[in-house]
Amino acid sequence: MNTTLRIRRFNPEQKSPAPFFQEYELELAPSDSVLDGLIKIRETLDDSLALRCSCRGAICGSCGMRINGHAALACKTKILSATQEGSTIQVEPMNNMPVIKDLITDMAPFWDKIRQIQPWLQPAAPPPTAEHLAPAETMSHLSGVMSCIMCGVCVSDCTVLEVDSTFVGPAALAKAYRFVADPRDAATTQRLQVLNQPSGMWDCTRCMECIQVCPKGVGPMDRIMALREQGMNESVPSTCGSRHAEVFADLIEDKGILDEPMLAIRTFGFQNWRRLLGLIPVAIQSFRHQRIPPSGPFHRAVPGIDQIKRLFTRMRKQP
Amino acid sequence: MSTVHTYDVLVVGAGLAGMRAALAAYQQGATVAILTKVHPVRSHSNAAQGGINAALTDRGDKWEDHAFETVKGSDYLGDQDAIEVLAKEAGDDIIALEHMGVIFNRNEEGRLGTRRFGGQKRARTFFVSDFTGQAMLHVLFEQILQAKLPIYEEWFVTSTVKDDHGRCAGVIAFEIRTGNFALFKAKAVILASGGLGRVYEPSTNALICTGDGMSLAYRAGAPLMDMEMVQYHPTTLKGKGLLISEAARGEGAYLLNSEGDRFMERYAPNMMELASRDVVSRAEQLEINEGRDINGCVLLDCRHLGKTVINDRLRQINEEAKTFANIDLAEEPIPIRPGMHYQMGGIKTDIDGRCWDINKEWKGLLGLFAAGETACVSLHGGNRLGANSLLDTVVFGRRAGACAAEYAKTLNDPKISEALVDVDHDLVSSILRRPSHDDTIARIRLEMGQTMNRHLSVFREEEGMRTARQVIHALKDRWLTVGITDKGHVFNTGLVNTLELGFMLDCAETIIAGALTRQESRGAHFRTDYLNRDDEDWLRHILLYHSANGSPEIDYLPVRITQWKPQTRVY
Repeated sequence: MNTTLRIRRFNPEQKSPAPFFQEYELELAPSDSVLDGLIKIRETLDDSLALRCSCRGAICGSCGMRINGHAALACKTKILSATQEGSTIQVEPMNNMPVIKDLITDMAPFWDKIRQIQPWLQPAAPPPTAEHLAPAETMSHLSGVMSCIMCGVCVSDCTVLEVDSTFVGPAALAKAYRFVADPRDAATTQRLQVLNQPSGMWDCTRCMECIQVCPKGVGPMDRIMALREQGMNESVPSTCGSRHAEVFADLIEDKGILDEPMLAIRTFGFQNWRRLLGLIPVAIQSFRHQRIPPSGPFHRAVPGIDQIKRLFTRMRKQP
Repeated sequence: MSTVHTYDVLVVGAGLAGMRAALAAYQQGATVAILTKVHPVRSHSNAAQGGINAALTDRGDKWEDHAFETVKGSDYLGDQDAIEVLAKEAGDDIIALEHMGVIFNRNEEGRLGTRRFGGQKRARTFFVSDFTGQAMLHVLFEQILQAKLPIYEEWFVTSTVKDDHGRCAGVIAFEIRTGNFALFKAKAVILASGGLGRVYEPSTNALICTGDGMSLAYRAGAPLMDMEMVQYHPTTLKGKGLLISEAARGEGAYLLNSEGDRFMERYAPNMMELASRDVVSRAEQLEINEGRDINGCVLLDCRHLGKTVINDRLRQINEEAKTFANIDLAEEPIPIRPGMHYQMGGIKTDIDGRCWDINKEWKGLLGLFAAGETACVSLHGGNRLGANSLLDTVVFGRRAGACAAEYAKTLNDPKISEALVDVDHDLVSSILRRPSHDDTIARIRLEMGQTMNRHLSVFREEEGMRTARQVIHALKDRWLTVGITDKGHVFNTGLVNTLELGFMLDCAETIIAGALTRQESRGAHFRTDYLNRDDEDWLRHILLYHSANGSPEIDYLPVRITQWKPQTRVY
């Protein structure tokens, strides 16, 4: 089928370098991948097009790029799924990392974040003479996380990293989970304490973008949520994030409805009055936009609250 | 003035063999650096899906059985002293990998689980679902990070250098991101740069598998050995040639022809689909040649394995089948065919990775080591057993690293003229100066690949191989004048591809030379003009040396036989 690839290019060696789009029209089979298209351009139309690629089979993680606005592996993205006959596919380098040339980004920030989580097994004692014994299901579950190929696609589309480059990010957190959930690793508590710091596991806003784009089904955000849960179970010091989760549940149990002002007050704590004062403009705006119920800013329990309380009791008995 | 880096041991390549070697050398107290043209976890070791063999004695297995099956698999061309080392040390290396953190699949008791693989009667293949190579590679990378070893990533080696004594004492390389050259001095250099799959088109290999190490060693004077032994894997996808792991047959999948017959009954009545790879690939090719094919393919049928086995143990393969062939293995058989997969030959080494002979029976290059697919110990001889390649990388990577570190202790820092860098710098400049015209590196590579796949594949004969030799000669001439559009220094992928193509043409030439020399059929090297194995004349290795006039110089080495006398090979 006739396809146009609209590629964002950048040559740092030009005078006053600036990115620009270049279009290539070519004939491709619907079952071809975007990478096939890019290789065809390089081999037959323009050998100056720079990109990384290697395995062609979604295992090496080299060809992460944005295709029609979302990060993906070019080798795993079918032409057919990206466009229709005669229309255009837009290809750009990944986000949240500097561009070196054309579709090639600087992955150094990505690897720095991976290094940050001390990504190696830290067993308690000298190892046994044979293998560590470990439950089959646990290892099989972990191999799901281990299938991460470090392509950077989740980092590219992470909406937190877009505004805060200090966030450790979905790939590194998924990697951290791989150790926290490994029964052979003895550094769980220290790991969770580090991840509990600002820019760590509580900075994810649960936008699900990483789950959506991950080409290997690793589900980074689900791993982040699992880390949080384990952090709360291991009772590492509470943070706004963990208190938010706890207070949220408590409020529903008490009132059957989310009491937002109370959620803010109890999450930040009364002693944190500066942070609370910072919320006053939000309160005024809410009032102006009639977001505050006529009964007043704080909610009363909803009718039937007893049933909700019973649900909570039952859930706590059988989690 | 170019930059100079100095280490005791320099490892080129960051796949499993390279990282294992680096780690071993570091543990021996050497200063070590890794130099790699891609980031470590991008290496082609990722592609090893099925598993890693080891006979664990505490599970009632015997290393002798593993060794014998490897010898038999090699069609008696493997050196038995090396194979004994491989089989004896396998168990400890598997356990070491587990201790490093590899998440091997477990059995109900929580111990390491196994699956069956081709050419072996017993289930001794340890695995991580169907991405064992990737799972191991990432864990070795973790170990390298923990050891904080310097990694020069996205650096491209253009040549090895020698010191005043003619010893290999480093490499010249440039940083792909900047184009800047540097001299890396080292008392020992370990080449662990992987295979040469892209010499063929199609191939299961990644685009980075361009035989760099083999060509670098060859040009420097070290011999390549048994280069004619190129493995065609029985189950690859049509088109780009992507691999469907032997794990599928290991779990019990059938091979069917267009008439629905399990045709392996006629070729290997005992082992059936799990006969060794050369046997299965030849059987498939015969079925295809005799018209019992489906569009040039036969079928791999997994349906009877059931969804649970497919989802739990063949997950990635099923994903791959869905993505690249639009087939769900649980619903439909998948068309497959033999495809180029692995180079059994490579840089000749001893069992400690040395590319020279301490007994001086053959001529090599002092100071140079090699490990992994780029090396030829020789373990795999005429045909490699599935799941022996991962084992090769960790056992012989470790041994090469340890030996290189010990060797480095005996030497002072090498003295090398920095002017050597200029030679390679000038080569790159001259490539960049060439005008780009109609001829392209892509075209040359495709012609090379198709020629090799036509004349040096599952079945071979004299005339075809002579034709191939002429084609490669002509392509070598064209390589000298071919130009690229990009004249820049930053990430010039065209430049990298041009240099890689030069390496591949060397490899192609040596494969053809070896294949024309070996006038018999053994392992993967099957000649329709010499149908039988000929132990009298050809139970020996073929060494290929670079020569001034261009065509390889041939020499021979006897095969080392310890306890398994050659027998007729039946599966």
